[in-house]
Amino acid sequence: MSNLERIADTAPATEEDTVWTEHVGWLDQVPRAVQMLFVFVVFVLVWDMVTRFGLVSPIILPTPAETLADMIFVGKNLATGGYMLPALWITLKEVFYGFLLAIAIGFTLGVIVGETAFGERAIMPYLVAIDTMPKVAFAPLFVAWLGFDIHSKVALAAFIATFPIIVGTAAGLHAADTNSRNLFKTMGASRWQTLIKMKLPMGLPQIFTGLKIGSVGVMAGAITGEFLGGGKGFGELIRTAASQLNTPRVFALILYLSIVGLALFAFVAWVQRRFVFWHKERAGLGGES
Amino acid sequence: MQAAAAKTDPANTTGEPVYQLRNVGKTYARNAIVALEGVNLTLNKGSFSAVIGSSGCGKSTLLKIMSGLIPPSTGRVVLQDRPVTGPRRDIGMMFQQATLFPWRTTLENIVLPIEIRDGKAAAKAAHEQGRALLELVGLKGFENTYPSELSGGMAQRASICRMLITEPAVLLLDEPFSALDELTRDFMNMELQRICTTRNATAFLVTHSIQEAVILSDVVYVMKPRPGRVAEVVTIDLPRPRTLDMMTTPKFGELVEHIRSSLDKEAFK
Ligand SMILES: Nc1ncnc2c1ncn2[C@@H]1O[C@H](COP(=O)(O)OP(=O)(O)OP(=O)(O)O)[C@@H](O)[C@H]1O
Ligand SMILES: [Mg+2]
Repeated sequence: MSNLERIADTAPATEEDTVWTEHVGWLDQVPRAVQMLFVFVVFVLVWDMVTRFGLVSPIILPTPAETLADMIFVGKNLATGGYMLPALWITLKEVFYGFLLAIAIGFTLGVIVGETAFGERAIMPYLVAIDTMPKVAFAPLFVAWLGFDIHSKVALAAFIATFPIIVGTAAGLHAADTNSRNLFKTMGASRWQTLIKMKLPMGLPQIFTGLKIGSVGVMAGAITGEFLGGGKGFGELIRTAASQLNTPRVFALILYLSIVGLALFAFVAWVQRRFVFWHKERAGLGGES
Repeated sequence: MQAAAAKTDPANTTGEPVYQLRNVGKTYARNAIVALEGVNLTLNKGSFSAVIGSSGCGKSTLLKIMSGLIPPSTGRVVLQDRPVTGPRRDIGMMFQQATLFPWRTTLENIVLPIEIRDGKAAAKAAHEQGRALLELVGLKGFENTYPSELSGGMAQRASICRMLITEPAVLLLDEPFSALDELTRDFMNMELQRICTTRNATAFLVTHSIQEAVILSDVVYVMKPRPGRVAEVVTIDLPRPRTLDMMTTPKFGELVEHIRSSLDKEAFK
């Protein structure tokens, strides 16, 4: 404190630190893991009540215990290489190839649409038109064209996942601000250099958003493809279990599938954190550090 | 009072002409907006010039033409005896924002122009030069930090380095420090003067601050809007090197007052 201020200072001689506590609701003080556990427990309890008191028929909704038992059964079957393992493997292959295809096509089209005036003016309207169609309706066509093997499922999975990747890539390429563009111009950068060294890196956050949405769509595509086009994948197991009114099995299988979906999403988010370390936004689910 | 009003260029202090504009005009929106009309100016080697004028009088337009970002509608734009027909290697440009790329370290940002021009290997070879520049602007030790860890003033200093690394013949500065607080800005302006003197650089500065224009420049161009044109050319013959103390001298005050009244006249006409 300067002398000048001290003269003008009329504060009492006994000086105390100013203690200032921000009010935080008690619920927000609980660790996140505990909060999540709490929601889970409440959910299971409500679920258990509903089934225990016969509010819903057990054929429609199994009890949590039944579901858990079936999850253990399915888990054992998968772990010991039972008949479910090849089915899971088939679905994983569909998801993998579908996602690769979607990335390749989506990224290429995204660059064309985002980088060229022709793409934006002449191609984008058609892509938007196709995107608004219910893509699942194409499933019978894919089966007719590509057969009952995994190809038709890969096609549907890729078809659904491609559009968010196109949109993400195109939006990412438009993210560059005037200053950066002018800077690259004054440095005499070619169009290619501007794309590689500025627009693409700058657009990575949007591109990864597209990839994450795509990673969710690709699972939905593969399973829908199996529902509508048969085959020997995990979706077929679900369909069979459902037709036998084996609801606990359906629940268990869906939960395993969601683990696969979550793993794929988490993988994309992980890659994003590696490559877009400089971006200060939350990277979505599992994206907090 | 040494403020000489002139329609033509004053015979400028130091070296031979580097950059010449003759009768440059620019119209936007299919000739509906006349952003610039009949601008003549000459930048001599090693001189520092500033352009000042109200908002929308065409300063940024002038700088964009001089940097080869946009073509003039009329007139001649000649740098080192060659017409400017696009971005050029002998032009260094600095914007209001530092525009460092967050995925590159400070040093990598600085050698970016070399990387664009001559490739990755050349950029690598320029690292030594980049370090020397960082030291020149007082950023030694920040080579490997990312721009997000730099303050606004530090980021602008890094962008000065990026502009200087290609050793351009002229430096074009569009309100480079206007986003900074006054103390930092004064400091940065003195840094800029020092850098320009040590490298004998030719500089052209767009600014909104009369003080900034006077303390840095040999010549101040006062611009007038609608249509944008140079209304007055003021020669600043304060001794060099300039110091912040000069801002309190009567002569400095007179020059600032002269330019202010000249700007006021334009504003109400
Ligand atoms: N791309 C453009 N298209 C049409 N008109 C433009 C364009 N850029 C600038 N203008 C017009 O040209 C005139 C001069 O603009 P300019 O940006 O050069 O002004 P300025 O002196 O830099 O202003 P400021 O001090 O606010 O930065 C303005 O009237 C503006 O509306
Ligand atoms: Mg401007």
